[in-house]
Amino acid sequence: MTSKSLDFALGCPMPLPERDRIQLGHGSGGRMSANLLKERFLPAFPGEVLRQLGDGASLILGTREIVVSTDSFVVTPLEFPGGDIGDLAVNGTVNDVAMMGAVPRYLCAGFILEEGLPFEVLDRVVASMSAAAAAAGVVLVAGDTKVVERGKADGMFINTTGIGELQEGFRPAPHLARPGDAVLVSGPLGCHGMAVMGARDGLDFRLEIESDTAPLLSLVAALREAVGEGVHVLRDPTRGGLASALNEIAQASGVGVVLEDGVIPIPGAVAAACEVLGLDPLYVANEGVLVAIVDGEMASGALEAMRRDPLGREAVRVGTVTADHPGLVVLRTGVGGTRIVDLLPGDQLPRIC
Amino acid sequence: MKHLTEYRDSALSRALVRRIRDRVTRLRVLMEICGGQTHTLIRQGIDEVLAGSVEMIHGPGCPVCVTPLEQIDRALHLAADPRVILASFGDMLRVPGTGGDLLQSRARGGDVRVVYSPLDALALARRTPDREVVFFAVGFETTAPANAMAVWRARELGVPNFSLLVSQVTVPPALRLILEAPGNRVEAILAAGHVCAVMGWEEYEPLAEEFRVPMVVTGFEPLDLLEGIFMAVEALEGGRWGVENQYVRSVRREGTPVARDLMERVFQRVDRAWRGIGTIPGSGLGLRPELAAFDAEVKFGLAGIVASEPAECRAGEVLRGRLKPPQCPAFGSSCTPDHPLGAPMVSSEGACAAYFNAGRRKGEDGAAGAVGEAGGEHGLQTGASDLKGPGTRPGRKERAP
Repeated sequence: MTSKSLDFALGCPMPLPERDRIQLGHGSGGRMSANLLKERFLPAFPGEVLRQLGDGASLILGTREIVVSTDSFVVTPLEFPGGDIGDLAVNGTVNDVAMMGAVPRYLCAGFILEEGLPFEVLDRVVASMSAAAAAAGVVLVAGDTKVVERGKADGMFINTTGIGELQEGFRPAPHLARPGDAVLVSGPLGCHGMAVMGARDGLDFRLEIESDTAPLLSLVAALREAVGEGVHVLRDPTRGGLASALNEIAQASGVGVVLEDGVIPIPGAVAAACEVLGLDPLYVANEGVLVAIVDGEMASGALEAMRRDPLGREAVRVGTVTADHPGLVVLRTGVGGTRIVDLLPGDQLPRIC
Repeated sequence: MKHLTEYRDSALSRALVRRIRDRVTRLRVLMEICGGQTHTLIRQGIDEVLAGSVEMIHGPGCPVCVTPLEQIDRALHLAADPRVILASFGDMLRVPGTGGDLLQSRARGGDVRVVYSPLDALALARRTPDREVVFFAVGFETTAPANAMAVWRARELGVPNFSLLVSQVTVPPALRLILEAPGNRVEAILAAGHVCAVMGWEEYEPLAEEFRVPMVVTGFEPLDLLEGIFMAVEALEGGRWGVENQYVRSVRREGTPVARDLMERVFQRVDRAWRGIGTIPGSGLGLRPELAAFDAEVKFGLAGIVASEPAECRAGEVLRGRLKPPQCPAFGSSCTPDHPLGAPMVSSEGACAAYFNAGRRKGEDGAAGAVGEAGGEHGLQTGASDLKGPGTRPGRKERAP
């Protein structure tokens, strides 16, 4: 076998896969994104904080410890059922700060505007940003605007950076999942991704699905009060969905995750749309849902606390952390079999059959 | 969705699993034809719960997997042509051709668009009269009627800037190839429900008779598959062969005559190359000569683009059930889901990718970091433990007719 493999390796007639430029898959949140980070960005920027690869960074300035997180928003179309790029840009960053266990206080925003963007669109986006910031209790303290030629941006792109305060005794982090922990999700999955997809051209049918974009602060506060340090990991499963978020946690913590099919909350409309389009809802983006990995013995307390919050009414336990198959997420199916819920290489591609 | 949930009932599924396991007197080797069925088997872990009782060999029924390198290269050539918008089903975009895949082609400036129906591609052609829209028409008899319809409509509406790059294939000639291959292990076939919904099963009857093999027309939901497997096992254990229909809610013996008529008017039988398998005579559909204006191969003079399959990739043997993926020297080393050499490694339901993942699960350090290397190693171990000695592999001749 060995000599045979060697022959084949030497005689490989296939060209090496092209690696000389960016593809859309590099932005998917899957393995291509992870490799981009590992191979091209991390080597250039030394520093321990960056290497934790959390949703943000916690930094000590003077005597205070603060959390910083940044995110860019390039959604198309700019407005979609249930939200627009404005509230998404606020909630997305606010949630990233909250997933570090901090309370967000300040926001900076950079706008890249395309020549020809109607003011009425800009005004609506700014108004919804303003409302979202007020709802989340954050203050916009610095900003920047740039305009690029027509065709150089898709209407507008927004970058936001959030700054938050850490809370005493509450430090959830991706590497803290332990065997025996419970995996909880706060609500129905897949709404944001399918709402945006439904608003794009090319679909002949209307989807009755609205984006779930929302600040998750009250949910995090409820969890903190109910179980405190029993919350080991918090994550908002945005790009790449629940599957990618759990894969990252499993790898960061060196543990396995077992999910139970049938209890994962997927609304009928999302399931139906995914069925028709050949997509897996576990990989579809969410903007108002969190995954909490909590001490197994505190799971019911955590669930009760989440269910008292309007965003967490449908909170449910979907799985368990295990010492088996470290780094892998495995789903137990209704038939009694299992399947690996893997990190996708790039974007999810609709299947033919 | 309510309708669908009924076919995914856990309790009924588990009961059927028990009945299958109770019914077999020894390991039975079945082949499911369609990639959609493979998808359900893997997603639900059905192959896993039946291990030891029934071995499922994944047949060559994934249109992505069998589209030959040459046609991918032709699609890449078209995508690089600034006049052309290449419209395709999504999962064709990652299939490697000689010079990369369509996703990379898009990154280099090619106008490649994902559509959900050939009629969407036709609509795109009507909206963009100054561009040539080519739809990459791949698939089995299931996609053929809609593709035929797109061409038929294009002719009716007079849309000169629409054409098809056709790579249509049909099931029965491939089935014959599998069943008559020396050393064939497949004892019974689950025929593809959606293919039969179009074509019916008349074509399968002479094959079942000639090779004395049970063939069960089977649907795609977990309960469909388990019932189809049970029916096949029943036939095998009872020494019966012939065609039976599990998918009664969708399939009649004559199929759907209106769809078959349309296919007949638009397509003719041609020889077609299958990736990794080679040319199977009469196994493909091509546009009739009178519709050459809608044939991208003619329109863009693509006949000169030829390609030979990488010798290293043994997808053909895998697709025919003759080689387990881990037995391929490239498996897990030069061929991984991130950098697939052959199509069965592209889709997570492809036979090679399925084994790759199974190996990772059994491995100790399968996932963290170096996925490729770790996966390959463990994948090989999996393969070895899965392999049954020749003594436990009943050939067709051993079975009582």
